[in-house]
Amino acid sequence: MSEVKYSKEHEWIKLDGDVATIGITKHATEMLGDIVFAELPEKGSSVEKDGTAGVVESTKAASDVYTPVSGEVVDTNQAIVDDPSKINQDPEDSAWFFKLKIKDPSEMDTLMNKDDYDKFAKETSA
Amino acid sequence: METKKTSLYQLHQDCNAKFVEFAGYQMPIQYSEGIVEEHKFTRNHSGIFDVSHMGQLFIYGGEDLIKDLEKIFPLDLKNLKLNHSKYSFLMDKDAGIHDDLIITKTKKGFLIILNAACKDNDFKILKEFLGDKYEMILDENRSLIAIQGPKSSEILNDVINGVKDLNFMSGNWFTFENQKVYITRSGYTGEDGFEISIVNDFVDQLTRELINKGSKLIGLGARDTLRLEAGLCLYGHDLDKDKTPVEANLKWAISKERISKGDFIGSDIIIKQLNDGVSKIRVGIKPEGRIIAREKTKIFNQSDVHIGEITSGTFGPSVNGPVAMGYVENEFSKKNTKVFLEVRGKKHPASICSLPFYKKSYVKGVN
Repeated sequence: MSEVKYSKEHEWIKLDGDVATIGITKHATEMLGDIVFAELPEKGSSVEKDGTAGVVESTKAASDVYTPVSGEVVDTNQAIVDDPSKINQDPEDSAWFFKLKIKDPSEMDTLMNKDDYDKFAKETSA
Repeated sequence: METKKTSLYQLHQDCNAKFVEFAGYQMPIQYSEGIVEEHKFTRNHSGIFDVSHMGQLFIYGGEDLIKDLEKIFPLDLKNLKLNHSKYSFLMDKDAGIHDDLIITKTKKGFLIILNAACKDNDFKILKEFLGDKYEMILDENRSLIAIQGPKSSEILNDVINGVKDLNFMSGNWFTFENQKVYITRSGYTGEDGFEISIVNDFVDQLTRELINKGSKLIGLGARDTLRLEAGLCLYGHDLDKDKTPVEANLKWAISKERISKGDFIGSDIIIKQLNDGVSKIRVGIKPEGRIIAREKTKIFNQSDVHIGEITSGTFGPSVNGPVAMGYVENEFSKKNTKVFLEVRGKKHPASICSLPFYKKSYVKGVN
């Protein structure tokens, strides 16, 4: 299993073979506040790198969730739709959003590693 | 223009507030526990809200002032008892709403609580009507805090003895550290509670004492979810110059006695709308499932015809689901009418419902 990578839109992505698991970062959940609604892409649909692939809403506002790489949606996490507060509780593990069969592994190279993301998150929230 | 800070700014910071700019003020949107927890704490226990950005307008005068204010507000002010409060509106001649407000009769005149974003314009409008006849003070030296929720009466009474005997929508002067404080039993959450007007120099001490007794600071985020669950309007969203009190379904706040004579600003339109009905009206809207319909969401009927718009919508933590209100064409305003809400390009089912979403628990006095 490869290392976890991060996007500038605050998604994390973990690659296992050609299937990637994607969710939003802890930092993102802290900026959003209490998440009370989640919408996920449809299973079987195709998503394009940096395109919209879902929505999360706090009590205050709605935010798009983007996909950091292209691919076909092979699984979605119904548990976070049924109880969106799980996203605040465990964003970078059990509260993953969707899994993709990725199209182009080289897209992973455009993403940040943990250290770079932490630095990026700190700078952009300051 | 530089953003203003309330006298509780330091305390907000000490409590790890996240700030937003609201009506020219740095205000706490939430604290470390977050909007949902703050909301629930207010419903189950007691929450303190800094609403010092709101306007506290004192107008001093006697019988003449009552007569002059009755030319402005649709209220029976001459029969309003001392220290009793009424919810009302400042309207234009077409009955469009400049602001919604609470007016209280005091010994020397009236105290009017105004929305922060409207207070300067309200003052200008009232000054034009009243001229220099009366002393009018939009008091910047006083802070305003609200304490709301079932434990608030006990907590506040521990600090300021006697407040628990106030009836709903009435007030009085009390003392705290030898300072005169004006306290009314009122609020904006659907819970029993109080609003406290106190000089800026003492608000920090009072608030810290209330926190020591078990209350907690609550941000504007939870204030919004609480008031929406309680079915209460937010000016600039559910009310504005393009809406009248009759359209806003607030005719209960217009004095019947005054309608018969009809000599207040906007009375022609109000009387016409009360007699002939209105084409659009404010209703509660309950989306099915979890979808949240925000302000400006379009509302459609079952034949896919556009019939209105959402003016406030969020997730209600106590209802544990989405809640909204908006304006629809009158013929679709009946309870349980099926409608559709267009969110992100898709139409989602919802139904018209009665307000509030969350049952109020005000203390009703006998008098």
